[in-house]
Amino acid sequence: MDTLDTLWAVYGNLVLTIGINALLALSIWLTLSCGLLAMANAAFMGLGAYAGALLTMRAGVPFPVALAGGMALPALVALVIGLPTLRLSGVYLAMATLGFGEVVRIGLINADSLTGGALGLNAIPQLTRWWHVVLALVVVLLVLWRMRRSRVGRAFEAIREDETAASLMGIGVMSHKMLAFCLGAAVAGLAGVLGAHLTFFIGPGEFGFERSVDILTMAILGGIGSLAGPVLGAAIITLLPELLRAFHDFRTMLNGAILVLIVLFLPNGLWDPARIRSWFVRRRPSGAAATPAGRP
Amino acid sequence: MLALDRVSKRFGGLAVLEDVSFAVPAGSVFGLIGPNGAGKTTVFNLVTGLLAPSSGSITLNDQALVGRRPHRITRLGVARTFQNIRVFKGLTLRDNVIVGMHSHLGYGVPQWLFSLPAFRAREARAVERAEELLSWVGLPGRGDAVAQDLSYGDQRKLELARALATEPRLLLLDEPVAGMNSGEKQELMVEIGNIAARGYTILLIEHDMRFVMGLCSRIAVLNFGRIIAEGSPETIRSDPAVIEAYLGRDE
Repeated sequence: MDTLDTLWAVYGNLVLTIGINALLALSIWLTLSCGLLAMANAAFMGLGAYAGALLTMRAGVPFPVALAGGMALPALVALVIGLPTLRLSGVYLAMATLGFGEVVRIGLINADSLTGGALGLNAIPQLTRWWHVVLALVVVLLVLWRMRRSRVGRAFEAIREDETAASLMGIGVMSHKMLAFCLGAAVAGLAGVLGAHLTFFIGPGEFGFERSVDILTMAILGGIGSLAGPVLGAAIITLLPELLRAFHDFRTMLNGAILVLIVLFLPNGLWDPARIRSWFVRRRPSGAAATPAGRP
Repeated sequence: MLALDRVSKRFGGLAVLEDVSFAVPAGSVFGLIGPNGAGKTTVFNLVTGLLAPSSGSITLNDQALVGRRPHRITRLGVARTFQNIRVFKGLTLRDNVIVGMHSHLGYGVPQWLFSLPAFRAREARAVERAEELLSWVGLPGRGDAVAQDLSYGDQRKLELARALATEPRLLLLDEPVAGMNSGEKQELMVEIGNIAARGYTILLIEHDMRFVMGLCSRIAVLNFGRIIAEGSPETIRSDPAVIEAYLGRDE
């Protein structure tokens, strides 16, 4: 038991960070599954983190209330900024949402009486337990899994495939995009509150452009064809820098090189059920007949 | 059922449709023909709400369609297929058709979230109905195939099944047999005839004259954005203005 405790003391934070990053990857998966390249998730995470932290620190509310508040605020903001921006498509939406992210970051810096400005918020009570993260991830995964199998999930797929054709199937395109955007914002906010009450400190720099790109990378790297993809991508993006510690100064370079290789050779992401199935199908006949002949 | 009254559409200075009026009676198969660029597809885009007319009114059973958004018009009972096929390529045939049932599945969030009996019953019904519609258009038992693996002709049939899934009263078919060989054309002609016999009203655009003359009870001819003739296939065939539009005039 002692070794386990030591292991947890060393790596516990890392495991929980994977869980929080998985939530973030799933939050952007929601909009991606609708064909929307929205890059506002880091900002939504930040809004959630600040809202949650201020609720527990200043208002002294119980943790569940802070969680609810940290999800509701980004969802509401998403509703407001979604109205004009979700009409945009492709890179234009990405640019608009990145711009929004900068507005949030600069807003957090300038509202220093409330947010602590560039210094951030310190001494956030460490209320996040390991099972909070696990429960949040399981609940989000369950809801998304059920959604994919319902008419809502099918509508998302149809919109991603062909927006015009989807609207002529009786699908309200705008309302479904808005749903994906707001749900994604709420999940990102949830990750923000959990993260803030895990790390003791939050600052505006954590929720900027780099974080946005990280979140997108996790989802794309893992693969957006399934729910397992973003979770896997989050695990890899979180673990890779740790595993490469031995390489010291070359760490970030190697990290980047590995990502480039994966994207080059596995364009649908690591978790691509169709490709895995095709390996399986091809291997069986080759295992029976071709292997002896194929051996050198 | 569908009535267009002096509908005009201008893109900037270009008048694509001018004072187009015609009425599609309930239960009929109505043909809209005309040379390339006459504005036929624009008529479909106006009826389905993808474009707004510059002037004029479009009504479905006396309900105004102008100003309604496309998904609302679909829910009123108008479905269409596209000249340039627009199936959901990455989805299976079954899912393509079930997407068409979107507004008829009628279950709410708790039902799908907790997989309640109502949800499961509706979904099972949808799967059954999808198989039925696929067999109507001549794709029986192909539900598990992915749409992009289908031949051109089969994708057109899939679009037809998907349009039928929206439970339309009026079906708009934009060149349903374009790019098909004569065997496939014959087959689809029979299938569309069967669909019409089930009580659907059909408005179709087509270049293939044998197909149009064989299926339609009434035909309107569009040339340079104006209706130049309307009537039964026999009158259209002998109409001098139509012959001129298609074959040109003797000098």
